[in-house]
Amino acid sequence: MLGKTAGGLYWMSRYLERSENTARMVEAGLRIALTRAGSADDEWGSVLKTASVLQGYKAKFGAVTKDQAIDWMLRDADNGSSVMSVVEAARNNAKLVRTALTREVWEGVNECWMTLRTALKRPVIERDLPEALALIRQRSAFVRGATAGTMLRNDIYNFSRIGTFVERADNTARILDVKYYVLLPSAMAVGTAVDNVQWESILRSVSAEGGFHMTYGQETRAREIAQFLILDKRMPRSLSFCCDKIRDNLGYLVADYGDRLPCHDMADALGLKFMSHSIDEIFEHGLHEYIQTFLQAVDSLGQQTEIDYRFSV
Amino acid sequence: MDQSQSKTFDEMWGRDDSLRDAYQTFQTWFSDEDPARLRRKQREAEQIFRLTGITFNVYGETDAAERLIPFDIIPRIIAAREWARLAKGIEQRVRAINAFLHDIYHRQEIVRAGRMPAEMIAKNAAFLPAMIGMTPPGAVYTHIVGIDLVRTGPDEFYVLEDNARTPSGVSYMLENRETMLHMFPELFSQNRVRPVSNYPRMLRRSLAACAPAMTTGTPVVAVLTPGIYNSAYYEHSFLADKMGVELVEGHDLRVVDGRVAMRTTQGYKAIDVLYRRIDDDYLDPLNFNPDSGLGVPGIMDVYRAGGITIANAPGTGIADDKAIYSYMPDIVEFYTGETAILKNVPTWRCSDADSLAHVCDNLADLVVKEVHGSGGYGMLIGPTSSKRELAEFKAKLQKNPHNYIAQPTLALSTVPIFTKAGLAPRHVDLRPFVLCSPAGIEITPGGLTRVALKKGSLVVNSSQGGGTKDTWVLEE
Repeated sequence: MLGKTAGGLYWMSRYLERSENTARMVEAGLRIALTRAGSADDEWGSVLKTASVLQGYKAKFGAVTKDQAIDWMLRDADNGSSVMSVVEAARNNAKLVRTALTREVWEGVNECWMTLRTALKRPVIERDLPEALALIRQRSAFVRGATAGTMLRNDIYNFSRIGTFVERADNTARILDVKYYVLLPSAMAVGTAVDNVQWESILRSVSAEGGFHMTYGQETRAREIAQFLILDKRMPRSLSFCCDKIRDNLGYLVADYGDRLPCHDMADALGLKFMSHSIDEIFEHGLHEYIQTFLQAVDSLGQQTEIDYRFSV
Repeated sequence: MDQSQSKTFDEMWGRDDSLRDAYQTFQTWFSDEDPARLRRKQREAEQIFRLTGITFNVYGETDAAERLIPFDIIPRIIAAREWARLAKGIEQRVRAINAFLHDIYHRQEIVRAGRMPAEMIAKNAAFLPAMIGMTPPGAVYTHIVGIDLVRTGPDEFYVLEDNARTPSGVSYMLENRETMLHMFPELFSQNRVRPVSNYPRMLRRSLAACAPAMTTGTPVVAVLTPGIYNSAYYEHSFLADKMGVELVEGHDLRVVDGRVAMRTTQGYKAIDVLYRRIDDDYLDPLNFNPDSGLGVPGIMDVYRAGGITIANAPGTGIADDKAIYSYMPDIVEFYTGETAILKNVPTWRCSDADSLAHVCDNLADLVVKEVHGSGGYGMLIGPTSSKRELAEFKAKLQKNPHNYIAQPTLALSTVPIFTKAGLAPRHVDLRPFVLCSPAGIEITPGGLTRVALKKGSLVVNSSQGGGTKDTWVLEE
């Protein structure tokens, strides 16, 4: 396989994953704003920060307002991580690697772009938002379904999966990073109403409300949320789950190609360093610091993978 | 000339509204069809093309960056007998083109024999001195050729131009057929239509047969594209996909140990045959345009040393130059010893003073083209131009006569298209695709039919609002 093709598959998947995650973050933000627990515009600042697009926003608009924040995250061409920007980038990468994709996957990506280009042609008004956000998640899910259902389990599939889980690990970690303070253990066993809203919002950002309550019951607690999103091996957006998948898919490449490269050692080290402690130990060590170092480690792993498999040089 | 002769020849209805044989079965089907269903099918075809991404990028239009080439559902049908004669003429012409290219880069016998002035070659911008004295593997220069034909009567075909560099459009030929098979399977059980779908397999086999002598094992073939923003990118990825070979860009390639190699996830791997879809000029920044980021530094040195086959060979562009075109009847005769089966459109070379005077006097009746132009850009169609346009063009012509040739406007044949009001005749041309290898010349039955969708228009180029049709060649 061409190095460029591996890179195209990896980035196509990263961008698609990001489009979906961004839609979820907007959804969580809307929810908080609707419950009016705290200042609504403050909350959008935090949503923008979670998506790592606050800096660009401030440079362009200054003060954070709800409508502008939503538009920035969904449509703005100046925001390289807006849904429309990443869907376009995903499609360009899909074009680049078209010979490696099944017809179903290519058409899924192309249709995602065609549909969203129409749906996001103009700023989305508030009452149309839920529908637009659902559409974004659905389109991304179609591609994932086509990938699972039609692609051979070979290097093409592995590079695409590595991209998906590197992006997902990064996104989940960022959500935790921005909200870590509401998860810190407090003297009170049960959080305040404000805490509850914040906690639900974190779960909603990763579509995990149902899964969480199924696992831990109706009571929402900070410690359990952290446990669920960091260490739970069943939760498909947890850091632990993503680490396992990255390591597995890199491992299949070793089996396929016969060469062990630096990125494989890094993937093993990632699991050992971050997933072998209990949640209490992580809190003791400092949640914020833990997440910061995790984000750096995932980023380095992604970069090492690009080097080892000659994506661009 | 009697009345019927002056009327345009329609390939379905002839000149006198009597249904021609090849269309009999089709017409029976068509007259039983509900127009509403056909309209629905026409829309369905469009949706298929959009989803598949069969689009092209139009230069200079940023807004409508991706457009569909309109597809018309009425097939163009060619009888077996008509095709047999065409195919013979095409093969003869392509053989002559290859012989001509070999000759002008070696002994230039055609010049020595006084059949072509030396300056036609020496002063030609498409002549590539780097190719002098070098013979490509298998002595094949034009691995893939597209011959543009127009028709004016039942047995009258003219070659409009030869595309000997990197002819495009074959993906449309294939997708048009796929779409028709998908939408109207019954048509293909009623009519015996010769298949076109084995083109990618033939192409790969043909390219592999031209691999350099040093190749060991199965030849590694790759398609070289300028990238996803090129207007024909869809076709490049389509062909690579269907052939099962890698689609590479210049930055995927480098010269390693005297071979051109592509960067894979496991290191560099040598390529034996490169089907390049970039122009000569961009091929090698070390040997040609130093600013090119599309090509491979040093590929020409590898090529000259026999380390790779480049298809089509560099320097073939001179054979589809519009000034050389006017010599094609002589070229065919000189190299094959036969009279050309396919006619040339009479052509005035404006570089010649007498011709220039004639062209300037008769501009309103002529089509004037740039010698190196393509895509319908920069041309003048006399009969449909205003006085002002004619005057402006005349000034351009007189300033730089070497840049132009002129031809009479031909009464191009029509084929019906499907419109809201039913069938309506529109002018068409035809580009059959030809493959050359040491094993022989293969022509896919049919080719790409381009159709001018505007009533009365003669411009079929997709960049100028033309569409395409499925082209059938019937079995005997």
